[in-house]
Amino acid sequence: MQGFLDIFDIYLLEAVVNGILLGGVLALLALGLNLIFGVIDVTWICYAELVMIGMYGMYYMVQVFGLPYWVAAPIAIMLVAALGALLHYIVIAPLLTAPPINQLLATGGVLFILQSFATVAFGIDFRNLGIRLPVLAIGDMHFSYSRLLAFIAALLGMLAVYFFMTRTYTGTAIRAISQDRQIMSLMGVDTKRIYLITSALGGALAGLAACLLVLQYDVHPFVGLSFGPITFLICVLGGLGNFVGGFIAAFVFAEIISLGGLFSDLEWGYVLAFAFFIVMMFIRPAGLLARRS
Amino acid sequence: MLELKSVDAGYGTFQALFGTNLEVKAGEAVGVIGPNGAGKTTLMRVISGLIRPSRGTIAMEGRDVVATPAHRIVDLGIAHVPENRRLFPRLTVDDNLKMGAYMPGARAKYAERLEFVFDLFPRMKERRSQMAGTLSGGEQQMCAIGRALMSDPKLLLLDEPSAGLAPVVVQQVFELVKRIRAGGLTVLIVEQNVQQVLRVVDRAYLLEAGTIRASGTSEEMMKTDTIKQAYLGV
Repeated sequence: MQGFLDIFDIYLLEAVVNGILLGGVLALLALGLNLIFGVIDVTWICYAELVMIGMYGMYYMVQVFGLPYWVAAPIAIMLVAALGALLHYIVIAPLLTAPPINQLLATGGVLFILQSFATVAFGIDFRNLGIRLPVLAIGDMHFSYSRLLAFIAALLGMLAVYFFMTRTYTGTAIRAISQDRQIMSLMGVDTKRIYLITSALGGALAGLAACLLVLQYDVHPFVGLSFGPITFLICVLGGLGNFVGGFIAAFVFAEIISLGGLFSDLEWGYVLAFAFFIVMMFIRPAGLLARRS
Repeated sequence: MLELKSVDAGYGTFQALFGTNLEVKAGEAVGVIGPNGAGKTTLMRVISGLIRPSRGTIAMEGRDVVATPAHRIVDLGIAHVPENRRLFPRLTVDDNLKMGAYMPGARAKYAERLEFVFDLFPRMKERRSQMAGTLSGGEQQMCAIGRALMSDPKLLLLDEPSAGLAPVVVQQVFELVKRIRAGGLTVLIVEQNVQQVLRVVDRAYLLEAGTIRASGTSEEMMKTDTIKQAYLGV
């Protein structure tokens, strides 16, 4: 009996820690999407597809052109940042005053374009960097370095965004613009420029996520489907546009997936997480940290 | 300093201003009085570029305001304290003031301007890390004026600074306007509180139904029969 409990506890602890590690990356993804929604009031349905493009960027730079990972990563981040700015400039900016459904359909269209483009350009093979990071063993528990690295890098990325948003004029303007759009010009703020910067920042976060996810998952044209929907659910659960809510919701979801996977299969973890989401939508439809009006 | 010539302005098909002529000289305090819906707020918005005139010219120190992009008008030295203050409620007082100093020219003078604003409103220094939305009405007005002053303007536009404030606080706000004036700043103020505003300004315009009906020094305006009857209740 005692022996059973020991093993049980270790597996439980391992699952909890893995849940936290997963939560870091999910929080990073949610932050990017929340940033775009909170500031520009537009939902990038194709957000996870930007991550997919970033993963392909990493694959080609590392596997095909032989760049070291550390050199390729900043380039991939900049590439996806530019893609985010381009997405805003070409698709979102002309639709800023259009009904939300048009914006959703437009970014949904971009999702299919990016998937099809990836299929044609890169093929449907599963590809990876071929980098195998060691596994950290603490007692009987095993944690992969790629997950630890992803967790730490995601936290650092979010910390950098936090300092940017609170310490710089541009960051303060990004926070201000979501509270009162109309008077920004009275402050001397060019809202178009702030939108473009925000889009690039959202893209950069997707790029960072791509660099971290490509260490753990194979890339293929439909890889966005494995974390796009969950990112949306996290943002909605946290309250769309609410950074802190998104951060908390990411860890809640990650723990449900990880612990659900412990007691049954990993797929059941996802089922539990989605069921939890549906229940929460009845209890708190505006999200965990909804402001009471 | 500021000159409007036959300005028409409105929203969509609704016209709010008809051929408005108005002038503010350097160092002056000028009031615009009139009833609700007369076009007073539209007048302020058209000067600061929030809306664009359909006809007419606006010049600030000889420079064309209408041809200047809205977000560059602050650089001409115009700071607008909008109706209902329009602070960023979920930003701290500090961050609200920081937004007022957003333009590169103002950023360079940030520390100096902040000291100036805190001298003028010591209360803001006490509340600097508080969310602007949690301030009292009077404090919010201080913060809104402080935010405008952060850009080191030459001309301050005040839109209904007394609106929604308790009578005691209204007194304080007008005292503040006097002190700001004394510092040499040019002020254009729009008010429904006619009695109070005429005590603070040198000259005033009466705006009714989008048209300037009368203008003159404060003393002249106070003696005008229509103003006495309609606005001063004498």
